[in-house]
Amino acid sequence: MKEFLAVFVARNKEFYRDKGSLSWSFIFPILIIVVCAFAFANPDKTLFKVGTVGNQHEMASLALLQQPFIEKIVFTDLDQALKRVQHHQLDLLVSIDDDSKNYWINTESSNSLVAEQLFTHHDKDFIKQETSGSKVRYVDWVIPGVLGMNLMFGALFGIGYVIVRYRQNGVLKRLQATPVSPLKFLSAQLASRLVIVVSVNVIIFIGCNVFLDLIIVGSYTSLFLVTVLGGLAMISIGLLISCRTANEELAGGLLNIVSFPMMFVSEVWFSLDNAPEWLLSVSNLIPLTHIVKATRSIMIDGATLADVSYHLVSLIGITIICLGLASFLFKWTKSD
Amino acid sequence: MEYILQVNQLFKRYKDVEAVNGISFGIRPGICFGLLGPNGAGKTTTIEMIEGVIVESSGDILYKDKPRDKTFAQQIGIQFQSTALPDFLTVREVIELFSSFYTLPQPMEELVELCQLKEFLDREANKLSGGQKQRLLLALALINDPEIVFLDEPTTGLDPQSRRKFWDLMTMIKSRGKTIVLTTHYMDEAELLCDELIIIDHGEIVVQGSPRQLLNKHLPDKRVCIEQQNVSFDESSVTGEIEVINNDIEITTTSVEQTLRDLMDQRVDMSSLRVRNPTLEDLFIHLTGHQLRD
Repeated sequence: MKEFLAVFVARNKEFYRDKGSLSWSFIFPILIIVVCAFAFANPDKTLFKVGTVGNQHEMASLALLQQPFIEKIVFTDLDQALKRVQHHQLDLLVSIDDDSKNYWINTESSNSLVAEQLFTHHDKDFIKQETSGSKVRYVDWVIPGVLGMNLMFGALFGIGYVIVRYRQNGVLKRLQATPVSPLKFLSAQLASRLVIVVSVNVIIFIGCNVFLDLIIVGSYTSLFLVTVLGGLAMISIGLLISCRTANEELAGGLLNIVSFPMMFVSEVWFSLDNAPEWLLSVSNLIPLTHIVKATRSIMIDGATLADVSYHLVSLIGITIICLGLASFLFKWTKSD
Repeated sequence: MEYILQVNQLFKRYKDVEAVNGISFGIRPGICFGLLGPNGAGKTTTIEMIEGVIVESSGDILYKDKPRDKTFAQQIGIQFQSTALPDFLTVREVIELFSSFYTLPQPMEELVELCQLKEFLDREANKLSGGQKQRLLLALALINDPEIVFLDEPTTGLDPQSRRKFWDLMTMIKSRGKTIVLTTHYMDEAELLCDELIIIDHGEIVVQGSPRQLLNKHLPDKRVCIEQQNVSFDESSVTGEIEVINNDIEITTTSVEQTLRDLMDQRVDMSSLRVRNPTLEDLFIHLTGHQLRD
C-alpha cells in the first residue's frame, strides 16, 4: 500500500507543479463555456420543432408537417418527447395511435401557442393536451456535454501522455527495475488522474452554476457518481491506448482519433434525434454518450440512479474491459 | 559460495542481430567487475538481461548459485545508462518515492551523506547537473542496501572533476563490501576501479581476467615515447619495435634501459621522452585490431 500511496502522491505533485497543464485544465473548459454562453444565447428561432409519436404513415399527410419551416423529429417514447415539450425544446408534439389522435403544447411557451394555431388551422380532429415547464436554455443543455467532454480530454490525454512520456524517457524502465508491480503503478496513476479530473470537473461545475444559474433537478450525489464512473471509463481507455506506445506523436494521434469522433457523436453539442439508426447505435457504444446522457438526465430531468442505470452499467463495463486489456498488454519499455 | 553471480552461455537475439552471443562469466563477491567494450558491443544488453529488464533468448543466470526469483529485484541496485525521473519532484521526494518500493530502505540521511546530496536535496531532480544527477541515481541504486550494484556507464558525459568524484564514491561503496558490476568504455576508469573484467566485442567475450594479469600476459612490454618533431635516429640500432602514433614515436620494448641507452648513444634529444605502461586501450587494439570507440 505504501508504494501505491507514494506513486499517487508523486503523480499529484507532478500535476499541480506543472503550472502550464494545471492552468490549461481549468482555462480550456471555461473558455468553451463562455463561448457557448455567448454563441448560443439566441439560437435560430425561425423553425418550429414538432415531435411526432405513433403512426408515421398517417403523420405524413398532416399539412403542418409538410411546411418547409417545420423541423419534424420522430420519437418512439411519448414520455421522452413530452419532456422536450416541457423544456421548450419542442414547440408541439403530435401523437397518432390506433385509438386516438392527440397533440400537446406547453402553456408557458409562446412558440408552442403559435405552432398550435398553425396546426389546428388544417387538422381539427386532434384532441388538445396541455403540459407546462420552464424553458431549458441551450446552455443548460450543453453544460453536461461540456463537462463530459472535459472529463474525456482530461482523462484520456492526462493519463495517456504521461504514461507514454514515462516510457519514452525511461522513467518506466527505472521503475521496472524496482519491486513495484505494474498493477500497483497503474492503479496509483489511475487513482491520481481520477482525483484530478473529478476535482477539476467539480470546480468547473460549481463555477458554471454560480455564473449561469444552471437547472439542476436531480441529486448532486448522483452527478458525482456519474463523474467518477465516467472518469474511470475514460482513464481506462487512456491506459489501453498508452499501454505499449512509446512515441508521443503516435500517442497524440491515437488519442485524437479516439476523442474527436466521440465528441461529435455523443450529443455534446447537438441532439442526435434525427440521426440515422446506425449512428445512434455507434453513439450508444461510446462512453462519452453515457456520461453526457446520464449527467443531462440527472441535471435537467431529475433522473435517479435507477433511471440512468443503463448508462452506469455501460461505463462500468467499458472500464472493466479496457482496464483488463491494458494490464494484460502493458509493457514497461519499448523492447521488453 | 565462490560467485555471487554466474552467467552461463547467455544469448540475446533480435530479428537479424545477435546482440549477445554465448557469454559466460562468474563474479566473486565484494569485487568491482567490469564489462568493457565499444558502443554496441553488447555490454548494456548483457547487464540488462542480468537485471531482468530484458529477457534473454537463452542461457542461465544464477544469483548466489540459484536462478533469480521474485525477491531478486529487492536485493540488487541498478543505475541505468540514461534515466529520467518523474518531473517536478525534488531530490528528497524522489528518494522518498523509491524508498517506498523496498521493504527495508536505507535511512535518507545515510544515503544523502554517502552520495553527497545535501547541497541540492531540495532542488528539482531533473534540473541537476550531470554529476549531481548521477550521484542521485547512485543513491537510488543503493536505497535498498543491495549486496550487488549494477552501474551502466555511470560517468559517460561527465566532466573530469565529476568523474573523479564518482570514482571516489564507487571506491567507498566497494570498501563497504558490496559487489559492483560496472560497464564502461573508459579504459582508465576500468583500470582504476575494476578487480576483474571482461572485454566484449560483437557480443562475445574477447578476454577476461584482472587488468594487471591481462596486460602482463598480452602486453608485457613498456612503451618509450618521444615527440616526432626534430628527432631523427637510426631505427635499426634501437632496441624495440618502432611505430608512429599521432606525431609520437612509440618504441615498444622489453628492456627500457637498453632502449634508452641506444637513444642516448645516438644523441637523440630526449626532452619530450615519456615511458608508459601499456593500457587497456592498447590491449583492446592489440586483441581486436580496432579502436575501442570505433
